[in-house]
Amino acid sequence: MLFLVQDGITNGAIYALLGLALVLVFAVTRVILIPQGEFVTYGALTYASLSAGQFPGTARLALAMGIVAFGFDIYVGRKALHRRLVGRALIVNIALPAIVFALTYVLVGHPSGIAVNIALSLVIVAMIGLFLYRIAFQPIAHTSVLVLLIASVGCHLAMQGFGLLFFGAEGQRGPALSNAAFTLGPLRFTGQSIAVYVITVAFIVGLWLFFGFTLTGKALRATAVNRLGARLVGIRTTLAGQLAFLMAALIGAVSGILIVPITTLYYDTGFLIGLKGFVAAIIGGLVSYPLTAVAALVVGIVEAFSSFYASDFKEVIVFTLILPVLVLRSLAQPAVEEEKD
Amino acid sequence: MAMPQRLPILLFALVMAAIPFVPGMPPFWIVLLDNIGLSALVAMGLVLLTGVGGLTSFGQAAFCGFGAYTTAVLTTTYGLSPWLTLPLSLLVSGIAAVVLGLVTVRLSGHYLPLGTIAWGIGLFYLFSKLEFLGRNDGISGIPPLSIGSFRMIDPGTIYFAIWIAVLIAALLTMNLLDSRTGRAIRALRRGHIAAEAFGVHAPRAKLLVFIYAAVLAGLSGWLYAHFVRAANPTPFGAQAGIEYLFVAVVGGAGYVWGGVLGAAIVVILKEVLQSYLPLIFGGSGQLETIVFGILLVTLLQLAPTGVWPWLMARLPFTPIRKRPDMSLTLPARPRAAAIPSVLLQIDHARKQFGGVIAVNDVSFDVQAREIVALIGPNGAGKSTTFNLITGVLTASSGRISVLGKAINNAPPQEIVKLGISRTFQHVKLVPDMTVLENVAIGAHLRGQSGAISSMFRLDRADEARLLAEAARQIERVGLSEQINQLAGSLSLGQQRIVEIARALCVDPILLLLDEPAAGLRHMEKQQLASLLRQLRDGGMSVLLVEHDMGFVMDLADRIVVLDFGTKIAEGTPGAIKTNPDVIKAYLGAVA
Repeated sequence: MLFLVQDGITNGAIYALLGLALVLVFAVTRVILIPQGEFVTYGALTYASLSAGQFPGTARLALAMGIVAFGFDIYVGRKALHRRLVGRALIVNIALPAIVFALTYVLVGHPSGIAVNIALSLVIVAMIGLFLYRIAFQPIAHTSVLVLLIASVGCHLAMQGFGLLFFGAEGQRGPALSNAAFTLGPLRFTGQSIAVYVITVAFIVGLWLFFGFTLTGKALRATAVNRLGARLVGIRTTLAGQLAFLMAALIGAVSGILIVPITTLYYDTGFLIGLKGFVAAIIGGLVSYPLTAVAALVVGIVEAFSSFYASDFKEVIVFTLILPVLVLRSLAQPAVEEEKD
Repeated sequence: MAMPQRLPILLFALVMAAIPFVPGMPPFWIVLLDNIGLSALVAMGLVLLTGVGGLTSFGQAAFCGFGAYTTAVLTTTYGLSPWLTLPLSLLVSGIAAVVLGLVTVRLSGHYLPLGTIAWGIGLFYLFSKLEFLGRNDGISGIPPLSIGSFRMIDPGTIYFAIWIAVLIAALLTMNLLDSRTGRAIRALRRGHIAAEAFGVHAPRAKLLVFIYAAVLAGLSGWLYAHFVRAANPTPFGAQAGIEYLFVAVVGGAGYVWGGVLGAAIVVILKEVLQSYLPLIFGGSGQLETIVFGILLVTLLQLAPTGVWPWLMARLPFTPIRKRPDMSLTLPARPRAAAIPSVLLQIDHARKQFGGVIAVNDVSFDVQAREIVALIGPNGAGKSTTFNLITGVLTASSGRISVLGKAINNAPPQEIVKLGISRTFQHVKLVPDMTVLENVAIGAHLRGQSGAISSMFRLDRADEARLLAEAARQIERVGLSEQINQLAGSLSLGQQRIVEIARALCVDPILLLLDEPAAGLRHMEKQQLASLLRQLRDGGMSVLLVEHDMGFVMDLADRIVVLDFGTKIAEGTPGAIKTNPDVIKAYLGAVA
């Protein structure tokens, strides 16, 4: 029994991280981030590839997306191309991915430490997240949630296709962060699972502090409530969106790196993991971080128990869990007139 | 060039019927056309559900699954004839839709699409785990459709079954949209408050489109099962559900033929990508999903409304719109034999939002044949009072009665039945419907035809009377010129007048007007005032909120003044003008 709970909590912690990222992105940009799962896969498999001494295709993707993003920036700003704009676009979109690309190229083949590999994977995926917002979502940031959602599905399809292209159809595993382990009563804790707990809690607390107590965090929240209003008081809403995507990609990559030593990941595993983070985020109403974290733990535990007792219906149970919650949520806030289009 | 409505459809049907007989037609193309037809059926349901009704569903593939598995089990295990399983397949999809719909359509905003993703995935896993559905392998050996000894085994023969289904579904869907029920469905996307104010039962209308879309998907699933003669879970999963929505959006989610066009574009595109991309880039990977995803994002950035409206705008056809036959009349709404002198009585009505008291024990009444104005500074609680009377909000305490009977927080659909109709401070028309169609929503409760009768065009007499009534009210408010224009293309002032015509279609005893004169020019205001006087002299009462003091003082028989939710004065315009409390509320205290 207890080991099921422990298993559930470890999985739940990962779902919590993803749920937080989804809440973050939705709150700031109104995008329901279906490709969140791809960030997980990219992070995990980039790390695994680097550890195995292979050059990850994601570095190439980041460079290519950077060039496209540069084109977008220049095209949008073509009426008033001053030096600062071009400079920023060059540094962020071209120079940064190029440096990372070169660094990856040089380091591959040399046995480098776990820390270096992790850092490289995180930077690569974070850049992909940033460019993804710039290319796919920034031009349609003002449209309805539905249009954004469908665009999000398009991104998911494309990124999953790239995942197969880069990493092949075979699953991969990465080296563990630490091999330490200890036993407490009937339970065995590995260094890896401890890392999962610590990092999840750190992110939750960090996000809570960031959004509650810093000016940038508050600006992001203001953008979420009213884009026009936020712009009128001087918040750069495009920057807010890019920041949100960057953080979501980072969180996704971190979760990927955390689980790739425990389970074998395939190019399309991320989607299902992301969806479970989703279930948690929805239970949290896409607004509350602590509620999302708690819900994610519940999802993880329910999943652990149902895979033990009714493994065939594990996914059915997890995804049906959402319906009663959605109904309660809708009943709790009825009669809100939605001004659409 | 003007064109009769049905001619293009007839031409389309003839072309589709001729295609298999073209000599040298590659059989592979026929297979593609079969797939397009199957996908178009599901997309058409989504057009109604998502594009028109505003309910986004990622779960339609699951309903195809219900249709396909029903016939698969019944024809293989129980040996039933495929034709017998058709109604059963549709029934099972429909029942599944009722169960899921009762949960789903109550979800608001983005919870709805997320909910559909969740049960879409859940059902997919259910299909792939249930023993009697053959788990992941599914069910094979499904018999083909046959008429007598004619068996539809090859793609060229089932082609006719598929496309006849598509054409019938398109006709029924178009008929449904062009009817009393259709207008109610089309009004939903802009929010339910306006539709409900005219008696539309929003959850019921939403459930109706949900079931309709599911039954179309079930039909597609039934055809699919007899086309490939097998059923396994893969084509009914989340990915497929996403793809159907994609089809609808690409074609144009608001248009029936957009569904067909979208299916054609997506199916052909997928085929081309799958066969040519590996030639260009070498064999590895799912290149088509990459290109597919990128194209989807590009399309949304360039043409978010889809290809069909883009195409139509470039064709030189304009549909003929028939003028309603104004000689037809609707029977007047039944009224109380003797209307008592007090029409509306508000007694200590109170509305609290948390700690804020928006309406604080307000009491006043409206007599028969009287124009009463409700005035007060911004935030005085005028619109909230309107919402209490019309049932949009429920009063915290107090009593509101109409013709001596308490309304007891009845919902808007019930209030309008009492003969109270309203306009809105923020105009709530459907911008992509014509003025005539918008106004006809007002007469919703005065028609009887339901969804089924309108699909089969049995509603025409009823429909003609409704439209005639709408046209009469439009003429009455002086907008006959604009009757066939889209409501969204009118100026804001004219849109307010359209709202008044819509409210008049109820045949009300009491008209509630929320800032009717805002945005009107001087002449238009004078016309509006004379119209309202004429209505009063005809026996109607009017309660209006208005900021234009000249307009109010000239028109109203009596004025009620609110300030911070409390009634501070009531009386004739002359008395109100000199009332010190009113002057203080509007201009501030005299030092």
